Amino acid sequence: MPMDNDKNIQEIRKKIALNKLRDHLFWIIGLLSTLIGFVLLFTLIIDLLIDGFPRLGWQFFTSYPSRFPEKAGILSAWVGTTLVMIVTAAAAVPLGIAAGIYLEEYGKKNWLTNLIEINMNNLAGVPSIIYGLLALGLFVYYLKFGESILTGGLTLGLLILPMVVIATRESIRAIPNSIREASYALGATKWQTVKDHILPYSFGGILTGMIIGLSRAIGETAPIITIGALTFIAFLPSSPVTSEFPFFSFKWLLDPFTVMPIQMFNWISRPQTAFHINAAAAGIVLLLLTLLMNGFAVYLRYRFRKRIKW
Amino acid sequence: MSVTHSYPLKAEVKNLNFYYNLVQALKNVHLPIAEKMITALIGPSGCGKTTYLRCFNRMHDLYPGNRYEGEIILYPDRLNIISPKIDPIEVRMRISMVFQKPNPFPKTVFENVAYGLRVRGENRKNFLEEKVEKALIQSALWGEVKDRIYDLAFNLSGGQQQRLCIARALATDPEILLFDEPTSALDPTATSKIEELIMQLKKEVTILIVTHNMQQAARVSDFTAFMYLGEIIEFDKTDKVFTHPSVRLTEEYITGRFG
Repeated sequence: MPMDNDKNIQEIRKKIALNKLRDHLFWIIGLLSTLIGFVLLFTLIIDLLIDGFPRLGWQFFTSYPSRFPEKAGILSAWVGTTLVMIVTAAAAVPLGIAAGIYLEEYGKKNWLTNLIEINMNNLAGVPSIIYGLLALGLFVYYLKFGESILTGGLTLGLLILPMVVIATRESIRAIPNSIREASYALGATKWQTVKDHILPYSFGGILTGMIIGLSRAIGETAPIITIGALTFIAFLPSSPVTSEFPFFSFKWLLDPFTVMPIQMFNWISRPQTAFHINAAAAGIVLLLLTLLMNGFAVYLRYRFRKRIKW
Repeated sequence: MSVTHSYPLKAEVKNLNFYYNLVQALKNVHLPIAEKMITALIGPSGCGKTTYLRCFNRMHDLYPGNRYEGEIILYPDRLNIISPKIDPIEVRMRISMVFQKPNPFPKTVFENVAYGLRVRGENRKNFLEEKVEKALIQSALWGEVKDRIYDLAFNLSGGQQQRLCIARALATDPEILLFDEPTSALDPTATSKIEELIMQLKKEVTILIVTHNMQQAARVSDFTAFMYLGEIIEFDKTDKVFTHPSVRLTEEYITGRFG
């Protein structure tokens, strides 16, 4: 009998050793998979930094594109990107928030709102070039906005609209029903409840959704090319501030423009290496902008979560 | 049900039926509510006492598919508050509610109490300050929060939050105050403070309280209604219900044989 027992224990030990080997194996596979993703991304960023960093300087931000790579800069591109983003935000944010509030607080739950909900989720996954095609037909040809900042901003606005709606709805849903009931029980109307409670308490989430939407829009190239944005722009749009009454102007909305990713695309398709360096430098700027925006979104989420806990 | 005949009435429920879609939750309920008295509703879970309470401020109107039948007459103006012709907002402005779990807004103590008045369009700072202070004194919270009425309400303890919710409901001078198991989420110390408060408040306002806790009903209320399966089985003076119930079911419930 003792012999038998010994044999048993040895068999169990063998099995444990085998199981442990498998365990280690998966640990290695998991680590390698993680590293592949991380190393690739890291190499990309390092490569971009090595190529482009020395090129970043005052001149780069204040010069128009040029035939001479060392004189070229991203002035028209970053101004264009900024203005397009302003239009994008102005179009998508109010529409998205209002639609989200309607769907959550006002709309009755029936087949129509269900249909809208399913479509809203699908819209968020539609390839961006489809939005470009839609915008080309609607804004450029039908409404005759031309290849303008307005068209670009509205196109990207459409693109991120579902994201804003979804973020709005999610953060509204996180508000417990007891808060709504408390407000209604005091005699508040629906609008008073929305304005005094729903909006302020979901504001952090809505803002986060908006910034993540914008940080996606800022890197979009396909729809902007589709609507016919120019690749070589050596002038700025007209100034929004004027010297004469009423001291502001919306003429810039209808001016042609370029944006950072298009400028990059333009430079990268040239044969000279010096232009490729410019593209890398512009890439760093774009990457930094995206990182900054996402970081800001994370910060906002953290701050609002800290203040409001349900 | 002539137990209330010598008391002036604040409200009278007649023939009340209530439906969640096709499910009937209240069956032919009759109940007089005596003015400036405390009426307790007791009964096992799911008997319809919360449903019943929420008829009084038309909370059911917030959700689709709910239907009232019958009357809840509010005195002295004999308004049928569940009539579809009456705006639920008007009803809620006259009848306040305190909920099961403390549900302060994530705003300051001051803004919580002032909100009911703000909804009514009141923005005069002095007036609001006066009203907030008065409501906080009434709800026995003033002493504890007078130095931090501009702090967030979430920083108060659970019992303080519930008294804040009572202050919020009181600030608009309601005619009836509804309590939906106001102490079920609180510890014994906080509970006894709230009970004391409720007994104090009946000097000023008519109170309707739903409770799971029979000792609580016995301690605080003047009248008690025992509900079972959407019906009122027994209604009488609280002493009577707890010492000599006239219906066997009531006796079985209060002695803990079911429920």
